[in-house]
Order: sequence, then C-alpha cells, then structure tokens
Amino acid sequence: MRRILLRRFAQIIPLILGVIVLNFALIQMSPGSFLDVMTAEQQVSDPAMIERMRVLYGMDKPVVVQLLKYIWSVMTLDFGYSYRQNETVLAVIGQALPATVILMLASIAIALLIGVLAGVIAAVKVNTIWDNLISVGAVFFFAAPTFWLGIMLMIVFSVRLGWLPVGGMRDIGVDHGVFGDALDVMRHLALPALSLGLFYAAMYTRVMRASMLEVFRHDFVRTARAKGLSGAQVVLRHVFRNALLPVVTLLGLQLGTVLGGSVVIETVFSWPGIGSLMLDSVMSRNYPVVLGVLVLSSLIVAVANALVDIAYFRLDPRIRAR
Amino acid sequence: MLALTEDKRPQPGRDAGPLLSVDEIEVTLFTRAGKLTAVDRLSLEVKSGETLAIVGESGCGKSISALALMGLLPWPPAKLTHGKVVLEDRDLARLSEREMQDVRGKDLAMIFQDPMSSLNPVLTVGEQIVEVIARHDPASRKAMRERALELMRKVKIPDAERRFGDYPHQLSGGMNQRIVIAMAIACQPKLLIADEPTTALDVTIQAQILELMKDLQAETGMGLIIITHDLGVVAETADRVLVMYAGRKVEEGTVDTVFDEPLHPYTRGLMGATPSATDQPHGRLSEIPGSVPALAALPVGCAFNNRCPSAFERCFAERPVLTRPAAGRQVACFAVQQEGA
Repeated sequence: MRRILLRRFAQIIPLILGVIVLNFALIQMSPGSFLDVMTAEQQVSDPAMIERMRVLYGMDKPVVVQLLKYIWSVMTLDFGYSYRQNETVLAVIGQALPATVILMLASIAIALLIGVLAGVIAAVKVNTIWDNLISVGAVFFFAAPTFWLGIMLMIVFSVRLGWLPVGGMRDIGVDHGVFGDALDVMRHLALPALSLGLFYAAMYTRVMRASMLEVFRHDFVRTARAKGLSGAQVVLRHVFRNALLPVVTLLGLQLGTVLGGSVVIETVFSWPGIGSLMLDSVMSRNYPVVLGVLVLSSLIVAVANALVDIAYFRLDPRIRAR
Repeated sequence: MLALTEDKRPQPGRDAGPLLSVDEIEVTLFTRAGKLTAVDRLSLEVKSGETLAIVGESGCGKSISALALMGLLPWPPAKLTHGKVVLEDRDLARLSEREMQDVRGKDLAMIFQDPMSSLNPVLTVGEQIVEVIARHDPASRKAMRERALELMRKVKIPDAERRFGDYPHQLSGGMNQRIVIAMAIACQPKLLIADEPTTALDVTIQAQILELMKDLQAETGMGLIIITHDLGVVAETADRVLVMYAGRKVEEGTVDTVFDEPLHPYTRGLMGATPSATDQPHGRLSEIPGSVPALAALPVGCAFNNRCPSAFERCFAERPVLTRPAAGRQVACFAVQQEGA
C-alpha cells in the first residue's frame, strides 16, 4: 500500500515538469510581453530605459536559460515576482487560492450529491415520468453554458427575488463575527457553486443512471434478491457501491475542468479567486503570475487525482489485489 | 415423546403430502413481437427430502421456471400469467412482493450457475453470508458472525476464520460455490433450487459440490430441485426426473424408470447424446439433429416434431397432452400412446 502511494505521488513530478515546459513555451510564443504593457502604462519611450528593464527582468537571456532558471526557482518554491501587485507570485496566488478551493469543493459536493441522487432515482424508476424528468433536466443543465446559467440564477435569485447577493465573497463593510462571516461567505457562495456544480451534476446523473442500470443486470443482484432483501436493500448494499466506481473515475478526470470552469464563474460572480486573478493577469500580460497559476493548479489537479485513485482503491477490492 | 412406531421424518417417495406443489404455471414473455409462452402449463411436485431434476437443452424453460417459483421473473418481459406455486399450504404466486421477500432466502432458497458472478465483488464473502442471517434471523453482530463461520465450516471451507474477510475474487470457483450454498442454507430452507450448480466448475469440483448438496439435504431433510442439462448429475443426485422441451413437460418419472426405459423420443435422444464408458471407442457420439425451436417459431403440433425420428402425421397436426402410462410416470407423445394402445 505505501509503495503504491509513493509511486502514485512520484508520477506527479515529471507531470509538473512537462506542464512548466509547455506553458513556458506557450507564453514565449504569444505576442507582446509585460514590458510592453508596463512601459505603455508608464509612458516610457526611451529605448535605453526599456533595454535596462529587459536586463533587469532577465529577458535578454536565451529562452532555454530563462526556462532552466525558472524551473530551478520553482524547485525552491520561488515563482517569481508580480510587478503589478508588487508582491511575490506565491503571495498573490496564496491570497486568491482559498476562495477558489472553497468554490471548487462546494461545486463538487453539489455535483456529487445531486448527480448521484438523481442518477439513482432515475435508474430505480427507469422509464417512468421521474426518469424522463431527470433525464431532460440533466440534458438541459449539461447543454446550458455555465456563464449563462450563472447569469440566469443571478437574475432570478439576486435581482428579482433579492434572496442572495449578486457577487463577491463577503458583504463589504459589515462585521458579522466569525460565525456570521462563515454564513455570509456561504450566502455568496451559493449561486456560483450551483452554476458550476449543476453542469457536473448533470453529467454524474447520466453516468450514475447508466452505471446503476448496468449493475442491475449482474447475477449478484439476482442473488441478493434471492436472499429476500428488499428492493431498497438491494439497491443500497449491492448496486450502489458497484455503480459508484465510474462516477469516481469521472470525478478524477474532471477536477482540472472544474478549475477551468471556475475561471468563468468567478468572473461572472466577481468571486475573488484564482480565476479572476488569472483573467486579470492575462489581460495585463502579467506572465509570472499566469505561469505560477498554471503550475500550481496543475499541481492541485495532479494531487487531487492521486487522492481519487486512492479512493478508488478503497472502493474496489479487486484493484487492491493487483 | 419419541414415537418409535412411526418415523415422522420426511421420507422421499413415501406418502407424505408434497412440500411444493406447482400447478399449471404459465410464464408469458411480453415482447414487442407479441406474447410468447416461455413456460406452458408446467406442473410438478417435490416432497421433503426428495430431489427432483429438471433436464432439457438450453432455452427449454428450465431456468425461467425456477425464477417463476422464486418470484424473481425479470419483468419486463417475463410474467407469471397462470397457475399456483404452493409451498406447504401457501400459494406463493398470490403473495405480495413484500410477503415474498420473507419467503425468499428463508423457506425457499436458490443457487445460481456461475458462482463467480453470483457474489458481489465489493463485499467480503463473510458479510454476504451474514446478510441473509441479518435479513431473516437477526442477532448480535458477533452471534451472526459465529453462525456464518459455522456455515462456512459446514460447507467445508478450510480455514473459515481467515476466509471470512476474503473477497470473491480471492477464492476459487468451487470455494465461491460453497459460499453461495452456505448463503442458501443459512436459514434452513424447506426447498432449495439449484440452477446448473456445477456447470461453471471443474469436473473434480463438480462431484464435491454435488456430494456436499446431498449431505446437506440428508441432514436437513430439505426438498431439492436441481436444474441441469447433465444427465450424469441427474443419475447421481435425483430421485425423480422431469424432462422439459420448448417450455413444456414432455416426460416425468423416477430416475430409475426414466433411465431404464426412456419413453419420449426427446428423452431417448438426450440419453443417446451422453457418452458412457461402455461406448465403442472412437465411435461417433450420437446427437439430436437440429436445435430447440425459437419460442416465436414453434412448429404446429408437437414442438419436437421437426427433430423427432418417430414423428407421424398426427404429430404435425395436434399437440400431445400428458398421459400416464404407469403410476408416477408421465409422457406427452403420440408415438408412445400408439405403441401402448
């Protein structure tokens, strides 16, 4: 067990190296640099001044040297300096990260809860009105763009009904106390997490339904019924756990896209997370931050994937044996 | 008080009333192409301690009859559309699903063909045995575990304590079938239905499993229905044999009489297709020509007429009904009737 864990986590290192090289190359290939934005904003036009800045930021060196220097500094946990916020990249990301992690976790929780439950109901009530309603709902939420869904939810629940805040993460200028603050964040979280979560919930619903129906056909389900177990006992004890495996696989594969989706949703709801930071940084060609976000987020996804693998390992004894 | 003059224990073949009495059950498949009769007015009886073998080729309605008895017909498309299934004095066909759940696994148990796929891969074999006990006869976790271990020892699983926590994929097919049997006998069922219990197993293991089932039957006095296409299994285990073809009973009798003198041409064909030690070496294995007709395309008259060596005009016009050429003997064949007449 420990060896498998070690091996699983060791696989992350080459993956991260690949991510760094690829994204570094991507940024090198894109037109313009943060110097252009900086000099334009400060209205600097003296070529000697620009040249001095190029040397200062090490941009006169060959690309390969820049890359190696970057990899080296990443290994020492130095992701560079953001000229815009005048802080280290790590500090900038560190401020935005918790918001995104909260949003991701909430979305995944919503997606799993709704998706698995709806999938189970659709499978148990297969070919009934419930199944049809759930399936139509799933197709709708799967097809609806998340930003559109976000805006619609915002219009209904924030603008028209006024139940929930329009955006942001906290009420500004109000002191709620520790407990009240948590509640305040949750109120702000509800709509963005729902917009993002419903899309994945739709997918999990479809997968869970199909997977349940597949497991229902297995011989051991007949054995369970032959034991005299009730329908609910058969579903919960025998079908559910076996049917959950494909959903867990999907979850692992999708952690990256959940992070990607949060970029959009954070922008819609002005959620102060990595997504908003990323968008700002791209706009201002703040490449050290862009690169830092990409590297750190791929690290998060890789670690989360390893954790999902371990969950899989716990769920299915057949994998443990190998 | 012990009555010495009368043995109250159920004896096979004695005049004790039947444990199970199935009366003219009919299973209909409701398909897009229309209604098909998968089991056509099948009647049978099983006494306590007695073993009835149901034989026939694949697709003749053996397994679906067993599922009908268990109330486990897969709906859609299969449904019990006629008949009674009386276990002791209760008609199971009239019970609600909830009432039937109390019967299944307790009074009436079933074991299936492939032990590897009939166990849940993500639960330990011990948990799966405990589950039946917990369903019908709940006790403390420790007591139920003890009983499960006792059952595992009873079905001769070596090192039961260690095996208790194993998953099905860690055991061999024979061991898994023993687990399945342990689950089936956990609540001392009155009747056990075994659907091809040895088909998926190695020949050497087959004999052990049959032996085990016979021992358990002798010990508990339960009735046993064995469904098989293997006449060797019938000869080894059964008291009586019922031959099915295309959803109908074509012949029934005690194993001795049917094996000594098979009446129905189909039964004779089955016997001819079983190799025996006295066969000519390198001689051709005889077979029944053709195959079981599809339910949707049963021939007019006797369903066997297109493969039957003794068929004559009447067989193509009318369906033969069951006649009783001797006590305890039934056969549905015009050729046999003609011979007897």
